[in-house]
Amino acid sequence: MSKFKKQKSGDLPAISTASLPDIVFMLLFFFMVATVMREDELQIENNLPLANQVEKLAAKNKLVYIYIGKPSAQYQARYGTNDVIQLGDKISTVSEVQTYVNTRRNDMPEDIQDEMMVSLKVDRNSKVGQLTDVKQELRDAMALKINYTAKQGDPMRNVRNR
Amino acid sequence: MARRSAPEVNAGSMADIAFLLLIFFLVTTTIEVDSGIPSKLPPPLPDNVEPPKIKQKNIFQVLVNQNNQLLVEDDVMEVKDLTEAAVAFLDNGGGEGRDACAYCQGDRDPESSDNPKKAVISLVNDRQATYAMYTTVFNELVKAYTTLRNRESSRRYNETYESMYMRYKEWPETEKETPEYEKLQEQIDEIQELYPRNLSEAEPQNI
Repeated sequence: MSKFKKQKSGDLPAISTASLPDIVFMLLFFFMVATVMREDELQIENNLPLANQVEKLAAKNKLVYIYIGKPSAQYQARYGTNDVIQLGDKISTVSEVQTYVNTRRNDMPEDIQDEMMVSLKVDRNSKVGQLTDVKQELRDAMALKINYTAKQGDPMRNVRNR
Repeated sequence: MARRSAPEVNAGSMADIAFLLLIFFLVTTTIEVDSGIPSKLPPPLPDNVEPPKIKQKNIFQVLVNQNNQLLVEDDVMEVKDLTEAAVAFLDNGGGEGRDACAYCQGDRDPESSDNPKKAVISLVNDRQATYAMYTTVFNELVKAYTTLRNRESSRRYNETYESMYMRYKEWPETEKETPEYEKLQEQIDEIQELYPRNLSEAEPQNI
């Protein structure tokens, strides 16, 4: 009888977790490839609209970002709930747009300064008014190449799900 | 000497390390949106210069009011019909003599635009309109130009304007001296000249 005793007393063998690191590494590599480092810390809501007449943006070193939207919840006490402009990583006023764009342009290598493009990342629920003011400032700063940054998608969905 | 097999290395913490890295990347990176509708702003107007006169029939008026309603040529319109209306206007070709448009396929209504080179779409937004509405309208108007350019390009070169433009943009940097590239560039310029994007946004104002 003692022959069979050994078999019965055995616990369930431990499940091998040897492939767990492989799986996690796979996820890690996916994220490393598909994402980029955060450029600016967003302090505003920034839900981009959809459009289907889009083109790929220019190379990153030629881009200047301007964000417009409502301040996010933790900044609302300070900046209110109206649309604000974010330049770099701080919320600014319309009058600072020209200085900001010119500074960024001067930081670029000389040969690509003319190709500078302003990427306007505007929240889909914000009002056009603030954007119009920014565009007027950009005109005065001679930053004429702009881009309404938008996700690829059916634009009719912007109008329907509001 | 007795051969001993190498002891197994405990890899139990490897997953933890990988998770740590993964979470770091999740937190510090974003999936960037790298597409958008390109546009050009008009240069600032010098003082005391009269803007050029444009005939009323060559202007296609698009208004968006504060309730996101669309008014096109004094009629209320749904956004989904906008592209079609814009195409009909641009492609009208109602001009005669010097303004005649040989490649237009429109109705040739003398009350509408003379030819696509003269036709201007004027977009006016209320400051209270939402950006979602604005992009949608803008997108639909750009689509009207793309539709016409595609049509003309397919007729002339058997390739849509969009696909030609895509090839043009993705041309390898080192091969830009070749005759093929110059030919492509020429064709694109020609199509753009036939249907120039005359999309004007009025000076900011409240309506």
